[in-house]
Amino acid sequence: MSQQDTVLYDAQGPKARRRTRIGTAIAVLVLIALAVVVVLRLAERDQFSMELWGPLINPGNENFELVWEVIGEGIVNTLKAAIVAMTLSVVIGTLIAVARLSLGRFARIPLIGFVELFRGLPVVILVYLSVRALPDVGVDLSDWPGGQVFWGLIIGLTAYNMVIFAEVVRAGIASLPRGQREAALATGLTNGQTMRIVLLPQAFRIMLPAIISQLVVVLKDTSLVVFVANFDELLSQGESIIRNLGNPIQTFTVIALLYIAINYLLGRLAQYIQRRQGRASTRAAETTDAGPNVPVGGGA
Amino acid sequence: MGPVLENLDLYVDGFLTSLSIIVVAMVGSLLLGLLIAACRVSPVPPLRAFGTFWVSTFRNTPLSVVLFFCAFGLPELGINRTFYFFGVLGLILYTSAFVCEAVRSGINSVSAGQAEAARSIGLNFTQGLRYVVLPQALRTVVPPLGSVIIAMFKNSAVVGAFGVGGDLWSTGQTLTSARGYETLPIFIGVAIGFLLITLPAGAVLQVIERKVAIAR
Repeated sequence: MSQQDTVLYDAQGPKARRRTRIGTAIAVLVLIALAVVVVLRLAERDQFSMELWGPLINPGNENFELVWEVIGEGIVNTLKAAIVAMTLSVVIGTLIAVARLSLGRFARIPLIGFVELFRGLPVVILVYLSVRALPDVGVDLSDWPGGQVFWGLIIGLTAYNMVIFAEVVRAGIASLPRGQREAALATGLTNGQTMRIVLLPQAFRIMLPAIISQLVVVLKDTSLVVFVANFDELLSQGESIIRNLGNPIQTFTVIALLYIAINYLLGRLAQYIQRRQGRASTRAAETTDAGPNVPVGGGA
Repeated sequence: MGPVLENLDLYVDGFLTSLSIIVVAMVGSLLLGLLIAACRVSPVPPLRAFGTFWVSTFRNTPLSVVLFFCAFGLPELGINRTFYFFGVLGLILYTSAFVCEAVRSGINSVSAGQAEAARSIGLNFTQGLRYVVLPQALRTVVPPLGSVIIAMFKNSAVVGAFGVGGDLWSTGQTLTSARGYETLPIFIGVAIGFLLITLPAGAVLQVIERKVAIAR
C-alpha cells in the first residue's frame, strides 16, 4: 500500500502487512469461487454457445452486421436525445436561475415552488406525461423533425433536468467571489451585462464538471422511454434484437457494456476537468465562501 | 381531479405498495452500499478492486438495464422470483453504488491530520475511528447520502414502470389502459403520490442537514 488516500489507517507495519496478505488471499479465493459458480451455472444452461453470442461478437456471423447496425442506430439516437435534452436543460435552467436571482424576495417564491415541485417528481413520470398526455391536450409534435416520441422524451427529460441545472447554476454563481459582481457594476455595466459578461461565463467554467456528470444521468434516463413508447434508442434496440434472436443475457451484457463505456469516459472527462480547474483555482477558492465544488443534483 | 378521487382506494393501495418498495430498497441499499464502501476503503487490494468494479458498473448502467438484467439474467442462474423481488433487487444494486460513493467521499473528506492527531494523543485505531473520524465523516455524509436516497425514492417509479404489480405506477396504467381514463389526470394523481413521499423527505433531510452541519 503505497498511496495514503484514506484516513482510516496508517502506513502498515509488518504485522498488518501479513494480515493484509491473508485477507487478500481469502478475498481472491471468495471472489474466484463466486465467479466460478456464476460461470458454471451459465455454462450449464448453455449460455456461452456461439449460437447466442455469435451475432454480437463474431464478424463472420450472418446477423453480425445487421445487429451492429441496429445497435449503432440505437447509440446515435441515445446520444442525440441526451445532447438535445441536455442543451435545452442548460439553457432553460440558466434562465430559471437568473430569474430567481433577479426577482425580489417575494416574487421568487412561486419560482422556488415550481423548482421544488419538479425536483420531487420521478423523471419516468415526466417522460410518460409528455409522451402520452401532451397529444391529449392538443400539443402536436409529430411534425417536428424526429417525431412525437422523440420530442416527448426530450420535453420530459428537460422538465426534470432544467430545475436541477437551475440549482447548479445558482450554486455556481453563488460560489464566485462577491467582488466580481461589485467590480462589474462599478465599471458601469448594467445588471444584465454583469450577469452575461462577468458572472455566467465564470460560473459555467466552474460548473462544467457538474454539467458533464449530469449528462451521464440524462444519457441513462433516455432509456426510460422503453417503458413508455417506441423510440429506437440503445436499450429499445437491444430489446428488438432479443425479440428476434432470443439471447437476453448476451444482448443485455453488450448493451450494458456500451452504456458503461460511454458513461465511464464522460465521468473521467468530468474528473479530468475538475482536477485541472482545481489546480487553477486553488488560490481563488480561498477567497470564496462556498469553494468551487458545485453539487450535482439528484445523484442517481 | 374527478378520476383520481373516484379511484382513491386504488391510489392508496398503490401508494402503500410503492412505499413498501421504497422502505425495503432503502434498508437494502444502505446496508449493501456500506458494505461496498467498506470494501473500497479497506487495505485489501482485491476488495478495493471489487468495490471499484461494482461502483463503476452500477453507476454507469441505466437502472432500466439493471432491472432487465435481474429479471432475465438471474433466472438463467437458477434464481426464479417475482417481479417485485427482481425490481427491488435491481433498485438496491443500482442505488448501492451511489450510497457507496457518498459514504466513501464522506470518509475521505476527513483530513488525514485528524486521524494523526487522534493517534498522537494516544487513541488506538478503534478509538480514533469512534471518537474522531466517524463523527466527522457521518456529518459530511448526510447531505449527499440524503439526496441519493431521495433520488432512489424517485427511481422506485421506474421499478413500478418495469412491471411490479399494484404500485402507484401500475395503478395509473390500469386506470388508463384497462378502464379508459384519460392519461393526464390519472398520472397527475400518480405524480402527487410521489410528491407526497419526496417533498416531506426533502424537508426532513434539510432539517437533519441543519442539525448536523459543522463549520469547516
